[in-house]
Amino acid sequence: MSEHSTYTPNNAVEKWFDDRLPVVRFAKEHLMDFPTPKNLNYFWTFGAILVMCLGIQIVTGIILAMHYTPNVAMAFDSVEHIRRDVNGGRMIQAFHAVGASMFFVALYIHIFRGMYYGSYKAPREILWILGVLIFLLTMATAFMGYVLPWGQMSGWAAQVITNIFSYIPIVGTPLLELLRGGFTVGNPTLNRFFSLHYLLPFVIAAVVALHIWALHVPGNNNPVGVDVKSSRDTVPFHPYYTMKDLFGMVLFLIPFVWFAFFAPDILGHPDNYVMYNSQVTPSHIVPEWYFLPFYAILRAIDFNFLFINSGLLGVIFFGASILILFFLPWLDTSKVRSGNFRPMFKWFFLIFLVNFIALTYLGAAPAEGIYVILAKICTAYYFIHFLVILPVLSRIETPAPLPTSISESVLGKAHA
Amino acid sequence: MTVQKVGQLTDRLRAAAVDSARADDLWGAGSVKCRSTGIRTLATHTEHSSTNRRDFLYIATGAVGAVGAAAVVWPLINQLNPDASTLALATIEFDVGAIEEGQSVTITWRGLPVFVRHRTAAEIEEAKAVPLADLKDPETDEQRTKPDHEQWLVMIASCTHLGCVPVGESGDFDGWFCPCHGSHYDTAGRIRRGPAPKNLVVPPYNFVSDTLVQIG
Repeated sequence: MSEHSTYTPNNAVEKWFDDRLPVVRFAKEHLMDFPTPKNLNYFWTFGAILVMCLGIQIVTGIILAMHYTPNVAMAFDSVEHIRRDVNGGRMIQAFHAVGASMFFVALYIHIFRGMYYGSYKAPREILWILGVLIFLLTMATAFMGYVLPWGQMSGWAAQVITNIFSYIPIVGTPLLELLRGGFTVGNPTLNRFFSLHYLLPFVIAAVVALHIWALHVPGNNNPVGVDVKSSRDTVPFHPYYTMKDLFGMVLFLIPFVWFAFFAPDILGHPDNYVMYNSQVTPSHIVPEWYFLPFYAILRAIDFNFLFINSGLLGVIFFGASILILFFLPWLDTSKVRSGNFRPMFKWFFLIFLVNFIALTYLGAAPAEGIYVILAKICTAYYFIHFLVILPVLSRIETPAPLPTSISESVLGKAHA
Repeated sequence: MTVQKVGQLTDRLRAAAVDSARADDLWGAGSVKCRSTGIRTLATHTEHSSTNRRDFLYIATGAVGAVGAAAVVWPLINQLNPDASTLALATIEFDVGAIEEGQSVTITWRGLPVFVRHRTAAEIEEAKAVPLADLKDPETDEQRTKPDHEQWLVMIASCTHLGCVPVGESGDFDGWFCPCHGSHYDTAGRIRRGPAPKNLVVPPYNFVSDTLVQIG
């Protein structure tokens, strides 16, 4: 995209600096003049919104770590101490907790945008894979962060999720004890989770840098999915998209601050305001909403298959439901990127989205009666979408005619 | 730096390169490539086609390096394993004498909750009546209790699915029910329905006296 540089040093000092460390040149080329398709819609602002979310989590998190105590006897009280005694702690803690949920709102929109507009297709496979990696790292970080307040949900989430590893044949139990640092979730577990919860956001930031690097090699995809053909198809990133992204961030912050100001606990569970008790499981344990679809898949598998017992099978499906995303670029082989020009894909995408929301609902429903059967159907459909529908659609579907260029699609046929 | 000095320096580098080229002849293949001084030509010589001493040294160095790295990494991982204070809680003794018929207590062993239930005659009856073919993880009631102490059921109170603590005297089989993912256990703590793959685990234990149990 940026074959020739747009940066010319204005004076001798700038030139001297540029010869030694071309960081200003880099910023000019990649943050300001970067040619960006001119037809990006508001779904494209979620990349910038996610960077903002990561920033909010890191800043509020570092502050919380100044007041938090990672010890089973004091962790629960230290969080209450932050909320009641620390100056402004109530808001900082609320922003961090609500921020995790908002992070996932933006993350899911960003992922589904990529799925609809075919942003994972050549030449953006590595960009997509890095994105899935960020998704995984974010889930790990969020999970460990959720354990830190040491309430009933925290402790039992740690118990249930670490238990997943015990299903790995042979090494399962030693691995489980290695992860927990004991025979059950306890102080060593809390301590290491705190350490890793502090570390992982910086790992995420590094992968985000690679993600953006991989984005800047082919440049942005766009709503019509046609490659940029000439400079008429693009506008400079600044001021056009810096302003659009900024406006998107402001809109996104409205519900964000509403939750933080008026309902900071509404996304949590009352049980998490009871300190962790390793002898009593809450009667209805549910993960945070953003894990529900995958949780529904995990518990939908309650039957043995050949020599694989239900536990291991559930874990295999749970893992596969996320890992399958890595293979998406090779499962959907249609040359047309944007769902706008794929009359059949468009509907299947919608069904997939509804199915995903249904899984979210079922993940929170009690594991009995009709819900068990529905969860199995939705789980099956989730995998069928990737393994059957997408490959078949790529072969049988006749896409609608594509516009010859981004400009043509923006200006309409009359001007083309 | 004057031109003369640069010249002297170049000569010295060139001499060093000739030395290293001789050393290469002595030790096998390889060439000194120094782009900035253009000395490369002096040191270049024909590559040997097959593997040679240098390849061996590369592989040997790599192998020793990998072993060394593993030796350094292992303690960094091993520190995550249960520590001495955790392992010290491995064996406990518990007197079951005070538990009434039909009553359960939960005790702690290695940080894990353990159910000790004094079963009623009806419950034992019910457990024994189940045909093994109906079980997902077939085990007889006798295998899950100690001879002459079959009214006592001692089990780790972690659902074998994902480790929640099941609720006693509930579920569709009059035993335990795990609220997390809906696993039903019978009066012998055997899995009957739901996602759990195995029966509730019976820890290693024995009766030291008539009512004193040693777990671990």
